[in-house]
Amino acid sequence: MTSAHEPGQHSEVTLRVNGKPHTLLVDHRRVLLDLLREDLDLTGSKKGCDHGQCGACTVLVDGRRLNSCLLLAVTLDGSEITTVEGLGGDGEEPHPLQRAFLDRDAFQCGYCTPGQLCSAVGMLAEAAAGHPSHVTDPAAPSGRPVALDRPEIRERMSGNLCRCGAYPRIVEAIEDVI
Amino acid sequence: MTGTTTGTALGAPAERREGRQKVTGAARYAAEYALPGRTHAWPVPAAVARGRITAVDTSAALALPGVLAVLTHTDAPRLAEPEDGTLAVLQGPAVPHRGWCAALAVAETPEQARAAARAVRVTYDTAPHDAELTEDHPAGYEPEQAGGQPGRAEYGDPVAAFAGAEVRVDVTYRIPPLHNHAMEPHATTAQWDGDRLTLYTSTQGGTTVRSVLARLFRLPEEDVTVVAEHVGGGFGSKGTPRSDVVLAAMAARHTGRPVTLAHPRRSLPTVVGHRAPTVQRLRLGAHPDGRLTALLHEVTTHTSRVKEYVEHAAGVSRVMYATPNLLSSHHVVPLDVPTPSWMRAPGHASGMYALESAVDELAHALGMDPVELRLRNEPEREPVSGRPFSSRHVVECLREGARRFGWAGRDPSPGVRREGPLLIGTGVAAATYPAMVSPSTASAEARPDGTFVVRVNAADIGTGARTVLAQIAADALGVPLDRVRTEVGHTDLPPAPMAADSSGTASWGWAVHEACTRLAAHPEEGPTVRADTTGKADADSPYARHAFGAHFAEAAVDTVTGEIRVRRLLGIFAAGRILNARTAHSQFTGAMIMGLGMALTESSTLDPAFGDFPEADLASYHVPVHADIPDIEADWIDEHDTHLNPMGSKGIGEIGIVGTAAALGNAVHHATGIRFRELPLTPDRILAGLLSERRR
Repeated sequence: MTSAHEPGQHSEVTLRVNGKPHTLLVDHRRVLLDLLREDLDLTGSKKGCDHGQCGACTVLVDGRRLNSCLLLAVTLDGSEITTVEGLGGDGEEPHPLQRAFLDRDAFQCGYCTPGQLCSAVGMLAEAAAGHPSHVTDPAAPSGRPVALDRPEIRERMSGNLCRCGAYPRIVEAIEDVI
Repeated sequence: MTGTTTGTALGAPAERREGRQKVTGAARYAAEYALPGRTHAWPVPAAVARGRITAVDTSAALALPGVLAVLTHTDAPRLAEPEDGTLAVLQGPAVPHRGWCAALAVAETPEQARAAARAVRVTYDTAPHDAELTEDHPAGYEPEQAGGQPGRAEYGDPVAAFAGAEVRVDVTYRIPPLHNHAMEPHATTAQWDGDRLTLYTSTQGGTTVRSVLARLFRLPEEDVTVVAEHVGGGFGSKGTPRSDVVLAAMAARHTGRPVTLAHPRRSLPTVVGHRAPTVQRLRLGAHPDGRLTALLHEVTTHTSRVKEYVEHAAGVSRVMYATPNLLSSHHVVPLDVPTPSWMRAPGHASGMYALESAVDELAHALGMDPVELRLRNEPEREPVSGRPFSSRHVVECLREGARRFGWAGRDPSPGVRREGPLLIGTGVAAATYPAMVSPSTASAEARPDGTFVVRVNAADIGTGARTVLAQIAADALGVPLDRVRTEVGHTDLPPAPMAADSSGTASWGWAVHEACTRLAAHPEEGPTVRADTTGKADADSPYARHAFGAHFAEAAVDTVTGEIRVRRLLGIFAAGRILNARTAHSQFTGAMIMGLGMALTESSTLDPAFGDFPEADLASYHVPVHADIPDIEADWIDEHDTHLNPMGSKGIGEIGIVGTAAALGNAVHHATGIRFRELPLTPDRILAGLLSERRR
């Protein structure tokens, strides 16, 4: 056994997570997901595959939805991170989408749920900003908000897997907050 | 309001009690217990398909920063011999299949553990291996048991009856290996306090984990505590403990520190079990009026050399149809492959795909509507056992489904409905799954403030166990639902069987019902009443007890790309009394979606040269995604069955997957006129089929 740290393998980063600043000495191999879960004990972001293939780790980085398992923490100095724990802000009330997930029974085991929620929040912002998807009408005017019908929601949420098969309820929950 | 009135809880669409924790990220799963000094373990998978480990060089790994230990078969704790051979990890040099645990690295952080595992050098004495399932494999044999039933059932003279039948179908269906891939990887956090072991683990049955681990580590059961508060899905693969529990406990013992082991996603197909591939030959003989004269269902499948597991796919043919001559048999080939195990509706999902596809082929051969053909072959009693059904409403499911789907007036001609490049078709299949129940204990406590606490070591794997057990308790106590609290997922609670075989709610609920009923009738026995349903729940029943269902599907087949899009999916189920309308609906539709994956997207390969699954991650093994899923309708018919349990419920976790794949496959035949007899129905197969059809 040797010491836990090796010189030159760690760097200091400062990020804001759910509104609070954190300065940490991180292993260069550490991804944002593990920083959240291991360093900050914010275990709401889930590790489903660790390879960017399931979306359970989705968080918002400077407002964009990203797979936190694919982001080296050392590259995120100065970033603003929002996780499922921070979606509701400071108040006691959950985010309207969290409420909609409860109302619609949009989950079973709950393991993909934080990623679905963060992804949906990011997706709504993308559509509002006029980002097209694979199913958006190519003739639609560029830069205008995209109306989210079910095919649009399904296409845009397809990076978030749910093995319990809550997909129809998730789509309904998202429709509830549009 | 269901929360504040009495006698109204059962059946109500009560919201999940742990829901708020799950949507806010507060629900903790097994790998998320950051105990003081907690370390991380990472397995080293064996890199050969068969052989012996001759040396393990750990020096480079141990020199890395933060590494605490590398366990090998020479220094890992010695275990008592397990009943389940897959748990005998690091006990000897033999490698029974690729991916078997060859060593285990333990370090301060996950990154350090991963790097250490990669730095371990294992040397093998490689032996020739055989990982290819063939129907005439010389090592194949007929197992005595398959899924707890005799491996073979036969009556009449099926071979002769089939040979003499006026209308015959003789077809073979193939299903590849399939993977459970629960979203939460198998994970355990283990901690020793002297000779007491605490395990936070992702399991479908904490009581089972405790008894298995106590045996392996030669401990009294009361010295093993298992906590499984939230479980990120299991679908059978977390029914019994898997190697993560044993390895984490060993590593914690060896290092004296708490250890978390979460199997990497790409290890899961190899180490947690898979739905075994099946080759299923179906021979159906019938009169021209559709009545069956012979039904032969012969299954060939594989198992590992570690233990025998038989995918009991032919069992469904002993339940579904009236026939004077029947053969239902299994043939299993032990190979140098990872060990198969339960996956949602084990046996039944595979078997009903083949049987219900063959029935559709028979309907086509007879020129008869496939719903009508099924109605004509309704048995009065369970065919092999001769027992009456406790309730059987498959006919009602078919009729109700046909009505809602708009089946009447369907043109049976295949390959004639075109929309530009698309071919459209509809299909139907029936479903069945046994209504099982096991003994359980539970307690009910009356609190001074007028509330009640129900305790049972149930596992909530996403079914909503906390919620439905509170509903059962509230009505049995005659109090409003909001006066009842449920505690599950901890071995300090009354022991209970696992959440498996769609039997969890029936088993735990029976004990809860009994404890609450007694507490309500005899408050003086309180404040806590404990119930044990041993002798009742496991008593022999004179009835054949099964849930039934009917699936209807509409699919569009793109003749240019070969892509199949599901347009509609409807499931109607007869599963006893439905105890929570909201969570039951979610389970039915969720299982139908897994069935859609089985039909269209999920494919794995046991590579004969490599001896393992190349499609080991979620980029190559395609579980259905949002874009694959249309509006899905699931509903049920009211069924009152007094021969089950005090709630009158059958299990609902698995029936939803059972008929889905056949309904979709039959819809694809109706669309294209081509029978695709190998799952999944991926574009490559569809295009090849369409091309060869055109060349004819």
